[in-house]
Amino acid sequence: MTAPFEALRGTGVTVRPAEPGDAVAGVMPRWVALPRTTAEVSALMRVSAGHDLAVVPAGDGTKLAWGNPPERCDLLLRTGRLTLDGETTVEHSPGDLVVRVCAGLPLGALASFPGIAQELALDNPLGAGTVGGTLATGVAGPRRFRYGTARDLLIGVTVVLADGTAATSGGRVVKNVAGYDLGKLLCGSYGTLGVVTEAVFRLHPSPPERRWITVGLGREPDPFTALDGLVADLTASQAEPCAVEVDWPGDGDGPLVTALVEGTAAGERATAVRELARGRPAWTGNGAPGWWNTLPGDPGGALCELRLPPAEVGRALRAVTACEPSVRIRGSAASGVLWAAPPPEALPAFVPAVRDRLGVLGGHLVVLAAPYGRDEGIDRWGPSGALPLMRRVKERFDPDRRMSPGRFVGGI
Amino acid sequence: MPEKTLDEPVRRFLEILGPGSVITDPVRLRTYECDGLTHHRASPGVVVLPETAEQVAAVVRVCVRHGVPFVARGAGTGLSGGALPRTDGVLVVTSRMRRILSVDLPNRRAVVEPGVTNLAITEAVRDLGYYYAPDPSSQQVCSIGGNVAENSGGAHCLKYGFTVNHVLALEVVTPDGDIVELSNTDPGYDLLGAFVGSEGTLGVTTKVTVRLTRAPQAVTTLLAAFDDVEGGGRAVSAIIGGGILPAAIEMMDALAIEAAEAAVACAYPEGAGAVLIVELDGPAPEVAHQFAEVRRICEENGAFELRTAADPAERAAVWKGRKSAFAAVGRISPAYIVQDGVVPRTALPEVLAAIDRISLEHGIRVANVFHAGDGNLHPLVLFDDGEPGAAERAELVSGRILDLCVEHGGSITGEHGVGVDKSRYMTKMFSDEDLATMQLVRCAFDPAGLSNPGKIFPTPRLCGEVPGVRKGAHPLVESGQAEQF
Repeated sequence: MTAPFEALRGTGVTVRPAEPGDAVAGVMPRWVALPRTTAEVSALMRVSAGHDLAVVPAGDGTKLAWGNPPERCDLLLRTGRLTLDGETTVEHSPGDLVVRVCAGLPLGALASFPGIAQELALDNPLGAGTVGGTLATGVAGPRRFRYGTARDLLIGVTVVLADGTAATSGGRVVKNVAGYDLGKLLCGSYGTLGVVTEAVFRLHPSPPERRWITVGLGREPDPFTALDGLVADLTASQAEPCAVEVDWPGDGDGPLVTALVEGTAAGERATAVRELARGRPAWTGNGAPGWWNTLPGDPGGALCELRLPPAEVGRALRAVTACEPSVRIRGSAASGVLWAAPPPEALPAFVPAVRDRLGVLGGHLVVLAAPYGRDEGIDRWGPSGALPLMRRVKERFDPDRRMSPGRFVGGI
Repeated sequence: MPEKTLDEPVRRFLEILGPGSVITDPVRLRTYECDGLTHHRASPGVVVLPETAEQVAAVVRVCVRHGVPFVARGAGTGLSGGALPRTDGVLVVTSRMRRILSVDLPNRRAVVEPGVTNLAITEAVRDLGYYYAPDPSSQQVCSIGGNVAENSGGAHCLKYGFTVNHVLALEVVTPDGDIVELSNTDPGYDLLGAFVGSEGTLGVTTKVTVRLTRAPQAVTTLLAAFDDVEGGGRAVSAIIGGGILPAAIEMMDALAIEAAEAAVACAYPEGAGAVLIVELDGPAPEVAHQFAEVRRICEENGAFELRTAADPAERAAVWKGRKSAFAAVGRISPAYIVQDGVVPRTALPEVLAAIDRISLEHGIRVANVFHAGDGNLHPLVLFDDGEPGAAERAELVSGRILDLCVEHGGSITGEHGVGVDKSRYMTKMFSDEDLATMQLVRCAFDPAGLSNPGKIFPTPRLCGEVPGVRKGAHPLVESGQAEQF
């Protein structure tokens, strides 16, 4: 039997020994492969199956530090050179408002198309990263309130499984109920079910106008209750904001709430939205506030995601800030998905305390990022009701546990 | 009486549910022998009418113990035979689970039982300024549990999306008989997304948490008459190309209009070769602006008459012909097949022309009604079932239309589902590898293959080694009817 490295190279795909920059959540892979096509990914996966190699797919690596460290990692499969057909990376059908792309494409490439007013209505709070990484983590920004997340915009997907099987589900039309929607399952699966190589998205017309309306809650005696009231009014507004975000600086300043109105007649609608400030300091701008669509905290620091029923956001913030007053919190108040950036040294106490309190409100806490080495004893994912079923899905897709093993909820 | 193998399960069902909730009388069983796809019929072995999730779970556990297949059924309005019963199995009917359990406006959600009708949710919150967005045309009678199984859409899904985009959580009974909550806030795989649209093959829904949508400030509906579908099609392309996302864009061709006139006297403009219904909704200033645009686009593309509906009564008049179209063709044809396929919007003109050619070639008339905005065709294939060979030719034409959809990069079903009706077409759209990968999900949820078997997938396949007891070769494998997977 040939050595794994020789066998991987035998596929004709570029494979090199790993370097320090290739570490996955602190775990060094042995080799890095740079396939160009779905067929090459299949070939690599077949060799990996034959040599019992653990594989982690990666795009730009902007979120490689999210999730548990892999139990083992032999091959890092980088998607950066992937193409649809050996050459192209994007196939745009403007008349159908559909785009087919390879997984290694930077997500930002879909924010606009030259000469055609269309966009993928999926905000990326990291600013960088690939289509594949965005799908794998399910990360989404402010406009999730109106357009949903990747799972709502993805209409077709091609995936290579641990045994090398390449499979497609969905298609290239938005309306389609033929067969199971594997795309849903793959979104947010952290590379534990297979390597996504291609994705097809529905696009939206780019809005001709945008207005951001910001309301300050700094002078409120009870900013938590005020926040809930304001967010409820904004989300119920028939001026239809497509995002309602909160920014909680955590340094004594009160929270800011910003709503985005986009489309036609945005100015008129922004005026209607601003009236909902009810006398509080409020301002309207043609540009987004600096914190809009960004993650709180420092890169390399701790980052938690809080998921809540939207009407519990104020109560949740009260609970979180009671646990850790200096925590920065930001995110979609309208959708009930917030990010908190506690100081890393506070994590061991912060996670269980906040998780308990959110649980009472019907919410969850997931630790997206925690500096490795300072995450001792932290359960990053927390409990999940359907975990036994999830394990069964994993067992079927990857019975030998070779796809990003251990990265996911429950050690999947 | 049911099959002998069902004797013991029926005894257990009577203990679990009581005699008033278990049907074994052959005459009463026949009520359930088909859903909205009436040419597939099978009398269920036994019908159970549970009222709680615990009862559903207990019924499923009995099925598991005895290796009996089960099929869930809501209102039975499905159009692909997804709720077609098994003569050797149990039909779990959710019609007695129809309570709206809670309406939670601050969180814009409602929790309902699976037998609640789609429209009942909207009716419960309409006065509060909210509604449930997916609106399949059967919404007055179809159940939300059925909507979850089929991932139902409706005329307005162009803008608002499908059931899967509006369900926040489900309580389901797994094919093992466990009650499990699948929620969009739980960490882990999106099992909720995988379950919606799985056509009852992954378990039985017992509770649905739906998103409630704020009612739009303004709604305007426009009816535009064109000489032909080409003109209407050009207008559709120009509207979408102009960056407008209407709530709905519907088109009917001359034959569909003729049928609607005969059935409901909808008084669409005389001489129209095609009518387009465009509905815009949203903030009033936006709707006003876009409405002017849509009018201009229709006129530029040859609309010879435009009618605007600004209030609910006028809107109902515009929609009357469209909503009656399926049933209306019964007025101009003794029998018909309702087809459901999807093509990329830009392929519409080419595909419609090809349908015309196929129709002429086989002497079978086809009336076209479609959700033009998203390329979802509903060709109505008309035939005389008294004429020898006509049904076969109609079936052929209907199948050729699906071929066209696949050839143009579309789908064999946009909203009616695969069910039993289209399982044989799945191989045209998906490779063996694609289908095998989907089967992995099926096997994870339902290794014994008891939950609505025989739907979606073309050949019965059995899951490989199920953790636990091994019972020798499966009878289907031995008889060569299935392959081990």
